[in-house]
Amino acid sequence: MTYHWNFASVFDNWWALAIGLAGTLKLFVVCLVFGMTLGLFVALGRRSHRRWLRWLSTFFVEFFRNTPVLVQILWFYYALPILAPIEISPFMAAILGISLNSAAYAAEIYRGGIQSIEPGQWEAARAIGMTGAQTLRRIVLPQAIRRIIPALTNRGVEIFKMSTLASVVAYVELMQQGKLIASLNFNPLEVYTVIAAIFLIILYPIVRVTYAVERRLARSD
Amino acid sequence: MSEPLLRLGGLGKSFGTNLVFSGVDLDVMPGDRIAILGASGSGKSTLLRCINALETPDEGLVKINGTPLLKADGKGRLRSTERDLCALRQRVGMVFQQFNLFPHMTVAGNVAEGLVTVRGMSSGKALERAQAELERVGLGDKGDAYPSRLSGGQKQRVAIARALAMDPEILLFDEPTSALDPALVGEVLGVIEQLANEGRTMILVTHEIGFAYHVATRVVFVAEHGIYETGTPEEVLKHPARPLTQQFLADHQRFQF
Ligand SMILES: Nc1ncnc2c1ncn2[C@@H]1O[C@H](COP(=O)(O)OP(=O)(O)OP(=O)(O)O)[C@@H](O)[C@H]1O
Ligand SMILES: [Mg+2]
Repeated sequence: MTYHWNFASVFDNWWALAIGLAGTLKLFVVCLVFGMTLGLFVALGRRSHRRWLRWLSTFFVEFFRNTPVLVQILWFYYALPILAPIEISPFMAAILGISLNSAAYAAEIYRGGIQSIEPGQWEAARAIGMTGAQTLRRIVLPQAIRRIIPALTNRGVEIFKMSTLASVVAYVELMQQGKLIASLNFNPLEVYTVIAAIFLIILYPIVRVTYAVERRLARSD
Repeated sequence: MSEPLLRLGGLGKSFGTNLVFSGVDLDVMPGDRIAILGASGSGKSTLLRCINALETPDEGLVKINGTPLLKADGKGRLRSTERDLCALRQRVGMVFQQFNLFPHMTVAGNVAEGLVTVRGMSSGKALERAQAELERVGLGDKGDAYPSRLSGGQKQRVAIARALAMDPEILLFDEPTSALDPALVGEVLGVIEQLANEGRTMILVTHEIGFAYHVATRVVFVAEHGIYETGTPEEVLKHPARPLTQQFLADHQRFQF
């Protein structure tokens, strides 16, 4: 059996894919920034000396790590407006689902990175009069982040790919646009092949760049 | 008599049920150089680390120039704010056995860090000051290097420069040469001796008994959960009065001739 590939039917709709790509990138950047930042604060919360904060952060991590992102997105979109008088857009629902899940994973990565820094580094910084916050910002985090760049890169790649889940609430991103094109032109094979290729073409160079950054940062070791 | 620069009053510390020391009183006058000796595990490091609150004493207080900057409440908590502790630590410099340089910063960056972050000095001024401190310890040409490129002796001299940059009134040394190759011990002891000659106040935990004898104004021998014997180097090291001190010195001098 030979299949006659017909990519023309996909590329004729390049503008639809371009709009989808813009939506994907927007979602990716927001979730990356929000997820990674929130993750850091959750990690710090897990190290707090306030017990309620530790408890809350741990609960957050376990809750969002152990529930599917797809379910979370659907829940925020359909269920939350029933409980609270707020209108949630597909974009918001996707941001919440993907960011909170990523924050939970990122928190564990940050925590591991911070824990891997020798106590002597904290002590040396405290011994010249630095506060805990200064020590964290100037001494511990810069070193910890170097060590966790590979793990954070994985998270970033994961976030980029998770953006496709937003199609479940009809947020306009690549996957959603692909579904649309495929249903109009009856060419799912070509469409999903092209979408997979777009992800690969975008993600691979990003991953290479982070490898280079990692090598540059390792110079001082 | 003038106010002591540093006063430890009734200082005590346990780890769980393991009592390290209790009721330690010590007055340090300006210009004093105190050598702390004692067997391994006798609590020398713990005592030193209580002085700048890297370890939390269970009881007692630490006063600098009459101001109590560190007060224990008897329950393993400090009755001091983080501000007090940071103030205390800026006045008490510390040099560690394992150097603990910041590996992600250059040598000059290590020395300038406290000035920039704690004192709020501009980074240009701080680097100028760092350069001066590095020259003082004989490393004026290493400012741009990363710590990983230095020998152990050089690392420890950078650590000393880092402490000096904050203009501490007292320097604490915790076995500053114990992690070094024997060939590199001399260069670090040389710098410490130079600081001693400048009249700096210091407390030095060391196993280098000969160095303690030459440099210290007073020797404190730690045993049995506290200060066991103290006096001039002549008294404690040449004519120890109490049995554990005698035993310790005999053990340490067995292979020296
Ligand atoms: N963080 C800690 N937790 C529990 N116990 C500790 C801790 N630090 C030190 N100790 C214990 O306290 C006692 C004193 O230790 P310390 O390190 O002060 O001794 P030291 O005189 O400095 O010994 P050394 O000459 O080997 O450096 C030891 O019994 C040690 O096991
Ligand atoms: Mg020790």
